[in-house]
Amino acid sequence: MNNKKNFITPGCDKDGNLLGWRSVEIGAMVIDAGNSRMYETGSWRSEQPVWNADTCIDCMMCWLGCPDTAIIAKDGHMAGIDYFKCKGCEICVEQCPTKPNSLVMILEEKAKDLSLEEKTELAFSKEQK
Amino acid sequence: MSKRVALSGNEAAAHAIRQINPDVIAAFPITPSTPIPMAVSQFIADGKMTTEFVTVESEHSAISACVGASAAGGRVMTATSANGLALMFEILYIASGMRRPIVAPVVARALSGPLNIHGDFSDVYGVRESGWVELFCQDSQEFYDTIIQSVKLAENESVLTPVMPIADGFDISHTVENWYMEDDEAVQKFIGEYHSKYSLLDTEHPVTFGAWAPPDWYYEHRRSQLEGLLNACDAFKAVDKEFGEKFGRSYGVIEKYHSDDADIVVIGMGAVSGTIKDAVDEMRANGISAGFLRVKLFRPFPYKDIIEALKGAKAIGVFDRCITAGAQTAALCTDIRSAMYGKSNIPIVNYTYGLGGRDTTVSHVKTVIEQLKEAAEGKKIDLINYINLRA
Amino acid sequence: MAKKLSFLNKLALNKELLEGGHRLCPGCGHSIIVRMVLNTAMQEGYQPVMANSTGCLEVCTGLYPYSSWNIPWIHNAFENVAATLSGAESMYKSLSRRGKLNNDKIVFIAFGSDGGTYDIGLQALSGAAERGHRFLYVCDDNEAYQNTGNQRSSATPYGTRTTTSAVGTADPIGKKQKRKDIMEIMAAHEIYTAQASPSYWMDLIKKVKKGLKQNGPAYLNVIQPCTTGWGYDPKDTINLAKLAVDTCIWPLYEIENRRSKVNYKPKNKLPVEEYLKKQKRYAHLFTPKGKEALEKIQQLTDEHWNFLLEREQAGF
Repeated sequence: MNNKKNFITPGCDKDGNLLGWRSVEIGAMVIDAGNSRMYETGSWRSEQPVWNADTCIDCMMCWLGCPDTAIIAKDGHMAGIDYFKCKGCEICVEQCPTKPNSLVMILEEKAKDLSLEEKTELAFSKEQK
Repeated sequence: MSKRVALSGNEAAAHAIRQINPDVIAAFPITPSTPIPMAVSQFIADGKMTTEFVTVESEHSAISACVGASAAGGRVMTATSANGLALMFEILYIASGMRRPIVAPVVARALSGPLNIHGDFSDVYGVRESGWVELFCQDSQEFYDTIIQSVKLAENESVLTPVMPIADGFDISHTVENWYMEDDEAVQKFIGEYHSKYSLLDTEHPVTFGAWAPPDWYYEHRRSQLEGLLNACDAFKAVDKEFGEKFGRSYGVIEKYHSDDADIVVIGMGAVSGTIKDAVDEMRANGISAGFLRVKLFRPFPYKDIIEALKGAKAIGVFDRCITAGAQTAALCTDIRSAMYGKSNIPIVNYTYGLGGRDTTVSHVKTVIEQLKEAAEGKKIDLINYINLRA
Repeated sequence: MAKKLSFLNKLALNKELLEGGHRLCPGCGHSIIVRMVLNTAMQEGYQPVMANSTGCLEVCTGLYPYSSWNIPWIHNAFENVAATLSGAESMYKSLSRRGKLNNDKIVFIAFGSDGGTYDIGLQALSGAAERGHRFLYVCDDNEAYQNTGNQRSSATPYGTRTTTSAVGTADPIGKKQKRKDIMEIMAAHEIYTAQASPSYWMDLIKKVKKGLKQNGPAYLNVIQPCTTGWGYDPKDTINLAKLAVDTCIWPLYEIENRRSKVNYKPKNKLPVEEYLKKQKRYAHLFTPKGKEALEKIQQLTDEHWNFLLEREQAGF
């Protein structure tokens, strides 16, 4: 959903070069407002939250407390984590009221080459059993 | 039909503003421009204009509200003087950087300290690097006309830069002169409707105003901004020409008063112009080849027009209504010397005059012309000279 | 199968007006509060137009060529957000009156932090409040100038270590002065004035709704824990905002028509240590030299809390 390739990077021409002074929007206005959605802050993380849909009660406390709009709400319901945006602050995990937690942190190092299913398995296998 | 009226410079400004009838005015009183917001308030109370008047608690908030109002898509004005302009300093740069076409008549006054409320260019010189267009006026008629012209200039798509029409405090603002006021409808027709490309109130197309620019962007934005300011020179000439065709008065970016064939050229801006012209007339009557070059557009500085106009000069005296504050010469003189660099080796010297409302008379200017004549003949002359200053 | 929508599910139906990809610190309280405020405005059917004073929120969300704002947004300078927004609101009135604009959904929201509100922006805020512009001013109060690196402000509480109220061998206390009571200052303008916390979000949302309904200015003072300046684990932002309320360091109350109401009275009022000990800015208080200051913070907290209760009881 946040695929950079679908967009011209803000401030660049279509070849990826930074715009020159004749091409910048006057007054430093940003016409394509909201374009920070194209800026990846997921790379800041050292740990990432993983979501367990099975125990989640869809209370949306994680969504409410997320500073980075990184909890995906689909039709108003919890639908996962936007790893392109998530900075790994762990507030969602803190706010999660279920026992066991439906969100847990795993190390980015361990998560980086795993599929979502594998990550979920890694994060929740112990707790579910 | 225009009508001849006898009113002060402040009233001239106030009537221009009434006829422009901007969407929003935010202003705070300060001598000598106070009568402008006072008149606006009365015009609104009398139903003669329908502007939303924001009676802010400071000049800083005045210009801040102007920036917000302008970003919200309409026509915006304010007016101020001296310390008020100094308090606006920070936001003047933001207004021009955000390319807001605000028109802010300034009644120029000395800056404290010591406190002084009289005519002086310390305030408008102080903000000459702020990216605003500065247009100096010599009398009430010109102040009135220039304010109207400024709206069209600021909103010109190639310019989109705030404009400061300037008149000397008291000498113009509080002096009653005869001048011509145009019909309200004619003024409205001349300035036309303003259409802002982007607006804060366009919730369908949200735009971010006032993003900050890191080192890889700030430079490009400043250069882009400069282009708008530089475009104001030709744009003003076009607006001024159109104004002349419509109303019969136009001014040019500079005014040449017997300067084309003059050996001795005095250069100045603002209200002192009338005094200098009288002195030139008298000196010419005495057979001295004197002329006057009046700079109307100070920023952007129309150096090409000025170089062309000074081709035949043998000595030049530049009048600055502001002390040099440690520079080699004061602002206008520095700009003239810079423009003339490499063009000729004639003496170009500076005359400080009129600080804090100090009088400058025809006889003072005649003395200057005599000094310049001697300088043209090879006599040594000081770089900076002080008119009417007690030793 | 469609699940039943709770209050928060419904809130989450709204388009996010503050996009991710902004550069605020992980765990920053700013964006949590902003999202609560803007989602509430959306929920109520409003179209927010926002002004932001210079500060963390502004620099991290409006960094050319990026913007995180899906709403019209303006930043002017540090001290003039209220004046800037008052200009925009005046233009709204003018254009509406002149028939050039027809949109009764627009609401004006200003965001400033404590520096831009309590200190350098107080004059502009007071002026705008007195003039009666229709806008909701939200102060995200992180109790110091965090954007420049945690310098003390008049919102910094007594006994706080900041980079300009340093603690050292010759000074065991940090800031010597009490925080400025901005609530009373704003309430003196006879406008709707409320204090809230993102941890008590239902209360915050109610206050936002009430503020937006005013036919004039409204002021909302919100505690905004700052991971970097306060020195705590980012995950604890909302936890700290809760402890601040539960210790009565940050009471939830509102003042309207010269009458005050304490919106939340903790059944079990926690000692201030519970809140202070989690933050590095108070670490010096948990040394023998800091004991006196720690006691004073409890005393100041109790005095203010009791004042609020007594005043409410007295009907003011």
